[in-house]
Parts: sequence; structure tokens; C-alpha cells
Amino acid sequence: MAYYILKRLLAMIPTLLGVAVLIFLLLRVVPGDVVEARYLTQGSQFQSQDLMDLERKKLGLDQPLWKQFTSWMAGIARLDFGLSMWTGAPITEEIKLRFALSLQLAIMASLIAQVLAIPLGILAAVKQDTWVDYAVRVFSIAGLATPSFWLGILMILTMLIVFKWIPPMVFTPLWVNPWENLAQLIWPALAVGYRYSAVGTRMMRSAMLEVLREDYIRTARAKGLWLKLILARHALKNAILPVLTVMSLEFAFLLGGLVVTEQVFNLNGLGMLFVEAISHRDYTLTQALVMLVATFFLFVNFFVDIAYAWIDPRIRYR
Amino acid sequence: MAVTPQTVDELTRAAPRARWISAIVDFVRQRPLGAIGAAIILLMTAMAVTAGLIAPYNPLENDYAAMLSPPGAEHWLGTDAHGRDVLTRILYGSRTALMVGLGASLLGAIFGSLIGVASAYFGGRVDLIVQRIMDVFFAFPVIILALAVVAVLGTGAGNVMLAIATPMVPRCARVVRSSALAVREMPYIDAARASGFGHRRIILRHMLPNVMAPILIMATAFLGEAILLEASLSFLGLGVQEPTAAWGLMLRGAAVEFAESAPWMAIFPGLAISLGVFGFNLFGDSLRDALDPRLRTQ
Repeated sequence: MAYYILKRLLAMIPTLLGVAVLIFLLLRVVPGDVVEARYLTQGSQFQSQDLMDLERKKLGLDQPLWKQFTSWMAGIARLDFGLSMWTGAPITEEIKLRFALSLQLAIMASLIAQVLAIPLGILAAVKQDTWVDYAVRVFSIAGLATPSFWLGILMILTMLIVFKWIPPMVFTPLWVNPWENLAQLIWPALAVGYRYSAVGTRMMRSAMLEVLREDYIRTARAKGLWLKLILARHALKNAILPVLTVMSLEFAFLLGGLVVTEQVFNLNGLGMLFVEAISHRDYTLTQALVMLVATFFLFVNFFVDIAYAWIDPRIRYR
Repeated sequence: MAVTPQTVDELTRAAPRARWISAIVDFVRQRPLGAIGAAIILLMTAMAVTAGLIAPYNPLENDYAAMLSPPGAEHWLGTDAHGRDVLTRILYGSRTALMVGLGASLLGAIFGSLIGVASAYFGGRVDLIVQRIMDVFFAFPVIILALAVVAVLGTGAGNVMLAIATPMVPRCARVVRSSALAVREMPYIDAARASGFGHRRIILRHMLPNVMAPILIMATAFLGEAILLEASLSFLGLGVQEPTAAWGLMLRGAAVEFAESAPWMAIFPGLAISLGVFGFNLFGDSLRDALDPRLRTQ
């Protein structure tokens, strides 16, 4: 097991290196750079070429690509992400609060998704091919089809018209004012959670259907056990693994993938920061964000695999 | 009754048509949800094709006298902040959605399945390297990857199509590869190799047709998602650009700003997105059930 863990950790390095190379090169292909972007917003396009070159030199943009890349990598190895090219502030400072917001939103959304998905999926499987099953399936496919940003707009609209109230639009960290914080984040979490519950519901249903056909379930039924007990003790345990896998992977993507929902609810999360950083051609910040999201994804993946072996004794890794 | 050439002709002609109709009837009866999905897709296609004929107004014409008018006899679904008819723009928007959706999932499926099949066919080191590269793409959230491609290529319908196809390629490649690995071990592939066929011919003519079912399933599953992604990108202002009619774009800006006084601007385009994607998902699910015997309900 220890050997497997070590192997998996080492295998992350080439993937992360690939991510680094990819985003580094992609950014350099994007037309324009941060110096141009800055002068464009200041409205003075007639800045002298010399001034702009000086600025580039200060940011290290005049260096050959391989040098820029190696110095970035050397920084990462020391866990130093450098300064934002746009604001000049340390990137860890820029990201800190937004990371807290995105992580909290991702956790809340995936909790909501699981609370919806697991009971609904079981219900649909047990009542297979009845109207209950159809209703659950339509509910979950509708969830997949509804853009969470539109759901967000509808939520805000409903609250505005019915309750004459809109959720607070300025982010308050959980540790400052939990009530204010939850009043703001519960709505985007619901909009996103509903959508992601759909994936889980469908997975839960099909996994449950498969398990319910196993011999040991028939045996349990023949013994006259209650259906509820069979479901809770025998079926759920065996069916829930793939569901948890899928939902954890979705969770990993929620961290950086909520760009549009953040826009609707005016949340300054990692997704919006990414859009801003890219439009400013802020190479260092964009790179750091992508590396953060990718590392998070790989680690969630890693923990899911380890948890698998731990929960299911039939799985052993070499 | 003597069998004349004419009756033979009639018989042979009538038979396939009847079978064709009964196949549809069977589909509707066995998979009512899939049939609803197919109906929605047909409706959306009809909207896209006939938008020019049935739309009551010009989708690009501003009518400042009728700005933000509520739904009524003149404008069934109301008008937007430029006085453009919402119904007309929804009808034309189905063109954008279908074009970008079909284009992106087709591109994603073609490149994804070629990479997947080739990776499985060559195996060994090639397979290993291709899979590691795919892993890199998997570590990006879909929308982040699409946004990065848009940043490189610029906005507009064509570029958005490419941007949406990009995250789909690795996912399709992975699924197709796992099916192609089984096909590779089939005797007919050995036979083709023994006959001295080249790699390209074996991949394209012998392996690809035999993994068509998963490709088809992936492509339909992508379609709904591609439409949703296009709407998301356009909503962010990084997809299809004004004044083109696109559903996501209609929800942007004024639709949110005037949501309280003119909610029709925010409600109807979103409804169109949801309904369209819903149709593709329903149909895709039924198609998967029908094509994948392992998932068939007993």
C-alpha cells in the first residue's frame, strides 16, 4: 500500500509538468501581453515603444521562453508563485480569499448534490419503471439540462419579486459572519448542487439496480428481511462506491469550474479571477490558478483511489 | 391472384415502409422518454431550418419605440432592451445552438475517436504517451480549458466551436480507446495485419467501424453539453458575439439588469436552452440504453 501511494504521488509529477507546459505555451500564444493590456485600459495607446519595453524587462518578459519557464518552475519548487503581473501583489495574497470562497461553495454544492442524489437514486432503483422512477429520472435529466446560471437568475428574480429581498452581494467570510455568509452562498450552492445531483442520481440508480439483482440480495429477501434493512445494510454499501467516485471527481472540478455561476451571483471566486487574469494577460496569476486547480483535481483523484482500497477490501493495489 | 410484376413491386415497396413506421412506433412505445427527446430535437431542428420563414420580425432590427415591451399580441414573448423581438431571436438562436453544438461534438468525436483507436491499436509506448497527454487535459475543468482556447483563438461562432470541441477530445478518446482495446484482440484484425494492410487502413476500415456504438453514444451525450457550454461562454461575453442571436447571449447584460421589470427577457431564452439540452439528453440516454446491451433494463 505504501509503495502504491508513493507511486501514485510520483505519477502526478509528469501530469503537472504537462499542465504547466500546456498553460505556459497557451498563454504565450494568446495575442498581446500584460503591458499592452495595461496601456489599453489606460487609454494611452501612444505610449512610446521604449517605455513598454522597459516595462516588459521589469516583468521578465524579455527573457527567452525557456528561461521564463525554468524560473517559474524553480519558483514553484520553492512554493513561491511570484507576483501578479497586473497588480504587483503576491499571488498567494490574490488567491487566498477567493480560494476560501470557491472551496466553501464547492463543498456546499456537493453536499447538497449528495443529499439529493443518494435517496433519489435509491428510490428510483427500488421503484424501477414506475411513475416514481420516471419522475426522478426526468427531475435529474432536467437538472443536467438547466444551466445553473439561468437557475441562479431565476432564483434571484423570484426572491426579488416575491420576497423583495436579494441575497447579499458582497462576500463575507464564514469566520467573520457565518449567517451573512450562508445567506449569500446557499443560493449558488443550490443552483450548482441541483445540477450536480443529476449525475449522482443517475449513477446511484444504475449501481443500485445492478446490486439489487445480486444473489445475496435475493437471499436476504428470501430470509424475510425488511426491504429497508436490506437496502441499508447490503445494497447501499455495495452500490455507493462508484457514486462517491463520480461525485468526488465532480467536486474537484467545482473548484475552478463555476465561472458562470460566480458571475451571476457576483462572487469573486477562482473562476472569475481566472477570466480576469486571462483578459489582463496576467501570465503569472493565470498559471498559478491553473496549477492550483489541476493539483487539487489530481489530489482528489488520488484520495478517491486510496479510499477505494480502504473501503473495499476486495481491491488491492500493487 | 396472379402475381404480376406490379404487385411484386408494390409488395417490396410497401414492406420496408411499414417496417420503418413500426420501428418508430416500437421506439415510442418502449422508450417514451427517448421519443419525447427526439420530438424536442425535431422541433428544434425545424425551428432552425424555418426561422427565416416563421419568425415574425428581423432578429437584428432594433425598434426603440417598442423597447422592453411585455409579451402581448404584437410581440408574443416581449422585446429586449433594443426593442428586438424575443421570440424571433429565440428562433434564430436555435440555429447558433445547433450549429455550434453539432460542429463541436462532431469535431470532438472525430478527433477523439481517431486518437483513441490509434492509441489502442499501436499500444505500448505510443499508448502510454498518448494517455499521459490525455491525463494533462483531464486535469482542467472543462470551462477553463474552453476559456483558454477562446483566449487564444478569439470569440465568434467558429472559434467557440473549436473551444468546446477541445475538452471533448480527451474524454471521447478515453472511452473509445477502452472499446478499441477489445477490438484489437479480434482475429479479423490479425487477419488484416497478416494480409499486409497498412496501419491507416486497419485503423480506419477495420477498427473504427467496430467501435461506432460508443462513439455515437459519446457524440449524442456531448451535443447537449456543447449547447450548454456555448450558452455559458456566450453568457460570459466570451462566446458568440452581438448582434448574432444566441440564447446564452440573450441572458447577458440587460436581461439581468432589467430582470425585475422585464423578466421575460431572462425567462424565455433560458427555457429554450433547458428544453433543447433536455431533449438531447433524453434522446442520448435512450440511445445509450438501446445500443449498450449491458445497461438494458430487464
